[in-house]
Amino acid sequence: MSDVGSSATNTSLNSLMTRLRAGAPGGFPGLLALLLLLVTGFSVAVPGFASVGTLQSFMQQLPLLGLLSLAMVVPLITGGLNLAIIATTNQCVLLMVFVMRTLLPADPGGGTVLGVVLVAMLAGAALCLVVGLVTGALVAYTGVHPILVTLGTKSLIDGISIFLTRGQAQSGLPAEFARAGNAALFGVPVGFLVLIACGLLVGIVLRRTPFGISCTMIGSNVEATRYSAIDTRRVLVGVYTMSSLMCFVAALVSLAIFNSASADYAQSYLLVTILAAVLGGVDPFGGFGKVSGLMIALAILQVISSGFNQFGLSPYLTAAIWGLVLIAVMTVQTIRPHLGSLRRAR
Amino acid sequence: MREGALRRLQRRPEVWLLAVIVLVGAILGVAAPGFLTLANIVDLLETYSVQAIMAMGLFVVLVSGGIDISFAATASVAQYVAVLLATRAGLAGPLAIGVGLLIGIGLGCLNAALIHFVRITSIIATIAMMSVTFSLLMYFSGGRSLYDLPEWWTDRVVFWQTESPNGDLTRITLPIVAMLVAALVTWLFMTRTPIGRQLYAMGGNPEAARRIGANIGMLQFVAYGYLGFMAAVGGLLQAHRVGESVPNAMYNTELSVLSAAVLGGASLSGGIGSVPGVLLGIVLLAMLQNGLNLLGVSSYFFQIVIGLTILISTSITVLSARKRRRHRNPSEPLGTPTLGATTQEPARV
Repeated sequence: MSDVGSSATNTSLNSLMTRLRAGAPGGFPGLLALLLLLVTGFSVAVPGFASVGTLQSFMQQLPLLGLLSLAMVVPLITGGLNLAIIATTNQCVLLMVFVMRTLLPADPGGGTVLGVVLVAMLAGAALCLVVGLVTGALVAYTGVHPILVTLGTKSLIDGISIFLTRGQAQSGLPAEFARAGNAALFGVPVGFLVLIACGLLVGIVLRRTPFGISCTMIGSNVEATRYSAIDTRRVLVGVYTMSSLMCFVAALVSLAIFNSASADYAQSYLLVTILAAVLGGVDPFGGFGKVSGLMIALAILQVISSGFNQFGLSPYLTAAIWGLVLIAVMTVQTIRPHLGSLRRAR
Repeated sequence: MREGALRRLQRRPEVWLLAVIVLVGAILGVAAPGFLTLANIVDLLETYSVQAIMAMGLFVVLVSGGIDISFAATASVAQYVAVLLATRAGLAGPLAIGVGLLIGIGLGCLNAALIHFVRITSIIATIAMMSVTFSLLMYFSGGRSLYDLPEWWTDRVVFWQTESPNGDLTRITLPIVAMLVAALVTWLFMTRTPIGRQLYAMGGNPEAARRIGANIGMLQFVAYGYLGFMAAVGGLLQAHRVGESVPNAMYNTELSVLSAAVLGGASLSGGIGSVPGVLLGIVLLAMLQNGLNLLGVSSYFFQIVIGLTILISTSITVLSARKRRRHRNPSEPLGTPTLGATTQEPARV
């Protein structure tokens, strides 16, 4: 019989199914199970892991990485990449600190501080908006690969930040800002609430709006999308603008956490955001991916990090294990359909 | 006929790059008197030899249609382990070097295995591998540098030297020669051997290459293994140049090597690029940095220049390619891209 032919169609069907499953709910229970396994494992192995303190630090450490990952995931879904997110965030923080320091009088009243903080936030948002629009326009209208465009903008933005600050950290913020940023609502840090809100926002935009549907379509096949009467270039400009605006939110959180600004904060997060997105089932070729998957992946990474930290292991080892987890998850995703076809063959 | 040849020449990014280099060289030569001296140029070559060697390996991977972010980590691991073996275990020179090179090839092949068998996208696989190898290196080394390199490793190897009338010594040393050999070998490999041509074919269209009988799996191992080898050579030479092994010395060089390769016309979607182009890309970046230094411009400014160079040069290349296509055949539907290009290139109208 046509054994060879049918098995070939089988494998191609299977590979299609894995691609679908990677983003669809299929990969979801696996990730949740992994998260539960890790949490119970650490709770048993590390005394004091299952405590309110751990949860608190977990909720304090997650927001910055989470918001940056959200900034990364939107371009990723369109099959692109934004390597400039950290650079944009840092420059935004630097600008906000600069504005606050210049405008703040020596003995400010409460109203003045609020006004100055608002002006600084507006300036930061405007900067991110411009960066996003320019990046998006470059990606959409020149047709240069997003990796290259954002490599260029990253280098440029970092260069400007370092040039202007001579690589020094900037501080001297109104104390009210840090207090507001580190406040908690019913024991939940504000940063974590911001992350949840932004996650919901991005998730809804990607799932429920024409813009979001266009994004996934562009990620699957940009030509077909263009022939479906969608202005792909405008969508792409929107994608990078949205990514940049997420950087603005990340900048606010970063300012609250570090209470200062520098061109080289959080640089090591760049690759971790890609790692989190892929672990969460976002297809790096674009077209598939959900914010909920990303959130679970972030939780997994953070649990591993906190757990090992309390275990007394070096942060370097944690980074190595993050990489291994990614490779392992991808391997399982590749092998699983083959196991299924083996079982069926029998 | 002659006009045709001229036009064909115009189409090559290398020619444009060369023109830019000549222009930049002339400007810097006038503005900074020390720039166009033999001593400065040789010094420049030696400083950038390690990056150039790694760029040769990366070029092969880029042509094959992949990308690798992990080679700087590979180079660091190969270098550190080889130095460790030579200093702590007292391993003989050739043996330590051999182990270093084998580590490079092995890590490269591991990348290839992840990409070919596990089918992880090359950028994701190599990011993960970079994270794993570099973090493990930092963990096991504790970030400690090794300074007591054996003499056979750090002794300068001088192939040719000359002394200018005012007493400046100019030496052609091992890193420069190694860079030239690496470039020549890569050029011969990619243009004169069947495997090299198959790598170009695979980068252009993997499915077509498979159907004409190219062994895709083997080619992946060759490409990433070659890069691993070149990265290890670069790492060992780096230790030779600076006389120490610092675990994170080469961390973060991957993006500047990548920029140089792309500046030189290697395409991220594969199948396109040439060794002279990549070398010219390195030369341009090196000249800019060195020239700005000599002009007394703050070194902080350099990154801005790199960013602008990448943005401008890639935009011009793509835009001029599109214009050409429009001129050549107006009836051809614009942007009939290959399989890889559809997902990567945004639409053009």
